[in-house]
Amino acid sequence: MEKILFDQLQEELYYEKLTNGLDVYILPKQGFNKSFATFTTKYGSVDNHFKSLQKQEFVQVPDGIAHFLEHKLFEKEDGDVFQQFSKQGASANAFTSFTRTAYLFSSTDEFQSNLTTLIDFVQDPYFSEKTVEKEKGIIGQEINMYDDNPDWRLYFGTIANMYHHHPVKIDIAGTVESIAKIDKDMLYECYHTFYHPSNMLLFIVGPVEVESIMEQIRQNQNSKKYEAGAEIERNFESEPDSVAKKMERLSMNVQTPKVMLGIKAANVQQSGKELLKRELATNIYLEMLFGKSSPLHENLYTKGYIDQSFSYDYTQEQGFGFALIGGDSAKPDELAEQLLRILQQSKTGTGLTEESLQRTVKKKIGSFLRSLNSPEYIANQFTRYAFNDMNLFDVVSELEQLTFTDIKHIANELVTDDRITVCQVIPK
Amino acid sequence: MAIASETIKHKSGYKLHIVRTTKYKTNTLVFKMKAPLTKETVTYRALFPHVLQSNTSKYPTTPELRSYLDDLYGAGLYVDVTKKGEYHIISFTIDIVNEKFLSDTTPLLEKAFSLLSEVLFQPKVEEMAFDSATVTNEKRALKQRIQSIFDDKMRYSSKRLVEEMCANEPYALEANGRLEELEQITPMSLYDYYQKALNEDEIDLYVIGDLSEDEVDGLASQYISLSDRKPVVLSRQANASIEDEKEVIEKIDVKQGKLNIGYRTNILYGDPQYFALQLFNGLFGGFSHSKLFINVREKASLAYYAASRVESHKGLLMVMSGIENENYKQAVDIIKEQFEAMEQGDFTEEELLQTKAVVKNQVLETVDVARGLVELLYHNVLANQSIALDEWIEKTEQVTKEEVIKVANQMKLDTIYFLTGTEVQR
Repeated sequence: MEKILFDQLQEELYYEKLTNGLDVYILPKQGFNKSFATFTTKYGSVDNHFKSLQKQEFVQVPDGIAHFLEHKLFEKEDGDVFQQFSKQGASANAFTSFTRTAYLFSSTDEFQSNLTTLIDFVQDPYFSEKTVEKEKGIIGQEINMYDDNPDWRLYFGTIANMYHHHPVKIDIAGTVESIAKIDKDMLYECYHTFYHPSNMLLFIVGPVEVESIMEQIRQNQNSKKYEAGAEIERNFESEPDSVAKKMERLSMNVQTPKVMLGIKAANVQQSGKELLKRELATNIYLEMLFGKSSPLHENLYTKGYIDQSFSYDYTQEQGFGFALIGGDSAKPDELAEQLLRILQQSKTGTGLTEESLQRTVKKKIGSFLRSLNSPEYIANQFTRYAFNDMNLFDVVSELEQLTFTDIKHIANELVTDDRITVCQVIPK
Repeated sequence: MAIASETIKHKSGYKLHIVRTTKYKTNTLVFKMKAPLTKETVTYRALFPHVLQSNTSKYPTTPELRSYLDDLYGAGLYVDVTKKGEYHIISFTIDIVNEKFLSDTTPLLEKAFSLLSEVLFQPKVEEMAFDSATVTNEKRALKQRIQSIFDDKMRYSSKRLVEEMCANEPYALEANGRLEELEQITPMSLYDYYQKALNEDEIDLYVIGDLSEDEVDGLASQYISLSDRKPVVLSRQANASIEDEKEVIEKIDVKQGKLNIGYRTNILYGDPQYFALQLFNGLFGGFSHSKLFINVREKASLAYYAASRVESHKGLLMVMSGIENENYKQAVDIIKEQFEAMEQGDFTEEELLQTKAVVKNQVLETVDVARGLVELLYHNVLANQSIALDEWIEKTEQVTKEEVIKVANQMKLDTIYFLTGTEVQR
């Protein structure tokens, strides 16, 4: 077991790679009542075309299957696992993103039993035709719920505008039609391909005794047989740099229009420090232009183009990345024009100053420290970072090293006409 | 050891609550103002906190104020307006990094007090009125906040249920206020109301973090000083009596129907049966092992979510679910059957134990988050009680099956509300 100290943050992290390839991290947090564990596989909605471990050939699976599998894993021959967790006082959950599927629980008691339950249920799939069919009704309602949600439609509408082929454009849950095609054999095929310990990460945070927890995990894993893990081959069609569509208007039953401007990032093959730097620098750049301390934000607010729903964010994973900027707006066309103008003018330096960089970096350091109050944040983000070969605890030092030149470089690299798209939700 | 304990000090015009803990990297200040929820004041109260957090006399524009916050390592400043029972609560929150995690040794806690004081007491004012441009902006933003409820159909259906169910009670009012009132508010009338609220509201200041009580007490005296007052305390009302169940069906353009059902629990926080009510809710619809989740979602496959929650200070329990329009009758029948099962005690001792463990877990988790801890402690202010958090846990553990059955039998279904995209077979 390796011990990694973060002096300034007053945190210590323990790490071990088990013989079956599973990465295990433990972050003790004394003083908290709650312990939290996430068990995550590097498998998300974008992984729909891959070389199957069973067949050794490329297969294309229905949209929404990673999320469907997440739902089904909770059900066992003798009932569902939620029951087991709640008997042990824990609350369990799971989520599927573009690139990950995470299973998690939190508890304030019986941590070791809950941890065993978590590991064992994820590593013991049970799918039957009958329960697979039944799940289609439940997930169908989940899809309908999101269909009625204008913010979700706007978010996916913008991403769908950006991409020609990349599966990030597909809704994580799929559609009622696509999930109808899922059967239990497909679920097993995906399961065996992506749920190998060497493709997974276990993160534990809370008032725990490190040595005994690590020993419990070692014993649990040693008692299970796994073939050596193989590198997973995924297939993605090549994706042009330009957006697929410049503009889309969705009409829905809303009172206030919504608008989102998306910028599709090019050169999205980075990982590790390089990716960390790009992601932080781009977020700082957006914050400098659009944060509440920016005069540009004030101007948009005073003119009534934005309200407090306005937000902006940049995210990048292996193979795709995008900035999203927008919110509710009574004047959606004007807002889109203004945003575009602000972005373009920033390439010549408008809205970007050394002083605002220093201030924004300070702000980001503070909000990073604040987020370390949250065990959920630490576990989820640490895992996302690790899957991209980055270290969450490098954030502060990386922020401190950013220069004004880095930010100007981002402005020039990111803002390119044919990589910008706009999506609106307008009242019917 | 107590799970969290507060030291309460009576200051001039308010109560200071200090909670010491080493678990956070930040210190948090929450300033709470409470007054009865009324038609006449609700919109004023929803508006003025947003005007206050826009700027101050020292930082007369939002960019200036927000730049100052950024310089304080991204100190957070948030306002929030909610209703709890028939009280309308305004909260100002500042959270700020504890400087022991920084190489910079600026005394950030003092800066936070000073800033809170600036925001509360030194607004940008001209001739006994708020800055008119600020008021114009915030009126527009509030209007959008009120309208945005309609755009989120889950929030909209919850709001509509409450409007139908509590039609003649203050609780029907939205915490964000009323559009029809908004136009009439002027910079001057708003400023008058703000002063009145500062002078008359019941005020509590919570300070949480790794800090010294003496230091906090000293900072509070130095920066937060208010006139003495006698806050309005509402009588603990019995619920409105219910004659017949109401059924309200509203047709609107949605893909998924939203089913919301309201029950009168006739139990408030502070009542002896309150802990049994929490367990009733846990068994009925609060968790993923609850009857609603198992029977509406897992067995009948009708919904993605089917849950219930308790409004502790108004004596309500609300069920919410999203279903196919044509499954309305089936879903209502299942929910009613599950309620009857609770009335008949159709749950095991083991399930009760399981629910106690999860409820206890939920309380302990909530106190791990500074703002969650404040919300739990604030129940006592709302209900004029002094129940320690440890007592929550003990009392929950003592609840018997008979007590839960009794709670079920004293509850009454009041209103069924269904938001639907098509005509419905009743």
